Amino acid sequence: MAAGQALRVLIVDDEAPARSRVRDLIGDCALKLPIEIAGEAATGRQALEMLPACEADVVLLDIRMPEMDGLEVAQHIQKLDEPPAVIFTTAYDAYALKAFEVHAVDYLLKPIRLSRLFDALTRARTLAPLRLDVLRELKPEARTHLSVNERGRIHLIPVGDIVFLKAELKYVTVRTAEREFLLEESLAKLEQEFLGRFVRIHRNCLVAKAAIRGFERATDADGEGHWAVVLKDVAEKLAVSRRQQHIVREFGRVL
Amino acid sequence: MSINQNANASVLPNFRNLGILLRILVIVDGACLAAALLKTSEPLALMEELIDLSALVQPILILSLLTLAAANDLLHRLRYLYAIAALIAIELAVTTAVYYLGIHVFKGMGALERYWLITLLMTGILIGYFDLRGRALSPALTEARLQALQARIRPHFLFNSINAVLSLIRQNPRRAEHALEDLSDLFRVLMADNRQLVQITSEIDLARQYLSIEQLRLGERLQVEWDTADMPSDALIPPLVLQPLLENAVYHGIEPRSEPGVITIRIRRDGDRVHLVLRNPYHEESDHHAGNRMALGNIRERLALHFDAEASIKTTAADDSYQVHIVIPYLKGVA
Repeated sequence: MAAGQALRVLIVDDEAPARSRVRDLIGDCALKLPIEIAGEAATGRQALEMLPACEADVVLLDIRMPEMDGLEVAQHIQKLDEPPAVIFTTAYDAYALKAFEVHAVDYLLKPIRLSRLFDALTRARTLAPLRLDVLRELKPEARTHLSVNERGRIHLIPVGDIVFLKAELKYVTVRTAEREFLLEESLAKLEQEFLGRFVRIHRNCLVAKAAIRGFERATDADGEGHWAVVLKDVAEKLAVSRRQQHIVREFGRVL
Repeated sequence: MSINQNANASVLPNFRNLGILLRILVIVDGACLAAALLKTSEPLALMEELIDLSALVQPILILSLLTLAAANDLLHRLRYLYAIAALIAIELAVTTAVYYLGIHVFKGMGALERYWLITLLMTGILIGYFDLRGRALSPALTEARLQALQARIRPHFLFNSINAVLSLIRQNPRRAEHALEDLSDLFRVLMADNRQLVQITSEIDLARQYLSIEQLRLGERLQVEWDTADMPSDALIPPLVLQPLLENAVYHGIEPRSEPGVITIRIRRDGDRVHLVLRNPYHEESDHHAGNRMALGNIRERLALHFDAEASIKTTAADDSYQVHIVIPYLKGVA
């Protein structure tokens, strides 16, 4: 975002009238400020697909949207190589607003006032980037998707598609039925976030409960016997550590 | 229903309330005056009689009020009948104490039992009075609470609607005018005195106006199907039963989806009952149950207040739909 060039804004809101109102207001701002509309998106997913190509400097992001809310979209946006500035928009959100003030996160209340939008956009170039830990704190509920940056694009992985998560050095491997992804997050934090969805079978491995077909006895290299998880959609079998053996009994579905 | 219980249960007065204390003082002293008047009507003799009476009654009265004020919290923690028993015990004890202190000061005092009887009578009259007064007042309290509940409008809806209207002003001023008219009609009803039953057709008109405001911002995502062919149009219904339920349906059923969703409203008569069935799409993952319960609780209380046990409200959450089924007695009327 070189200074002097027009500021490019992406509008994200699920309601068409809300988008058209912001478009009108940005038209008004453009009379005094070099600014242009980079695009409009009706869902968070659409916004994430558009972002790498539309070269937006600022995203005006509605908080309450279907499927993936704005606070989660903002978390995925941070995975971009050069994440744009994010300004949240909301009609009413007593809890979030208090938190926004505390963390100096920029937001606009709907109906948006021209002068407030103008100020926010003028400030946008100097806005400090959002911090992931702050966003996590603003939205402590589990995400609907995990995301990875693949060649500059954000790839979303629906949490329901995940078969297992495996910690390897500083990465976590996310395995779905089709393929695997490398995630730069901690396994312990993921376990906490998606409590109840996954079960820990090993110090370094969480398996989706819904993906477990059953358990079978296996023998490791030293000739010692142990339990292994048999999965529904993935051929790979995962060893259950001695400490976690009790889960086999709890599942009660021994092959 | 909590409202009904509050309306019927007897509650002890608050003995630390100045108004209550004043009422007790006035009633007891009024009784003293009446007793003195029975003996004589000659002013000077009356004064003497009153002074004599007061010398004994006032210490009992003052000491009683002090003890009751001190024991107020304790008494209120007891169940009503136990509290009454405790109160009578306190009164008898106070009377006995004052009696034995006074016996050295005054001459010609009667037996202790006589004073016990007088105290019991006065206490009984006061308890009866406060019970009646409480019953007379509680409907007013209930109504005040009802109005406060009804005044609750989802701010989310208000600001989003205003935002949608603002967006129309430049492109489609006529539609903006229409939307503001709908919005003001809706708020007029929301802020009205909503204690009387209304004709079901006017409740439906209100629901349609509400839905047309929501349509503005949700567009084709919001689809509504009405089935009112078997609806008796002269039926009466408490106001604001349908609209809050529709607001829930939109908030929980339509807004969390990006695909279009259908809300169906079916109203029919079955003998002397009117059934209202409202159904909306539902995802288990979309949570916001607290707000939902609040609106439902409010409607449930209002139905109970109007129809007591003759009305019912039942909710069922299936895999992909959520249903509210209301049954009310069929009351005809022109509101």
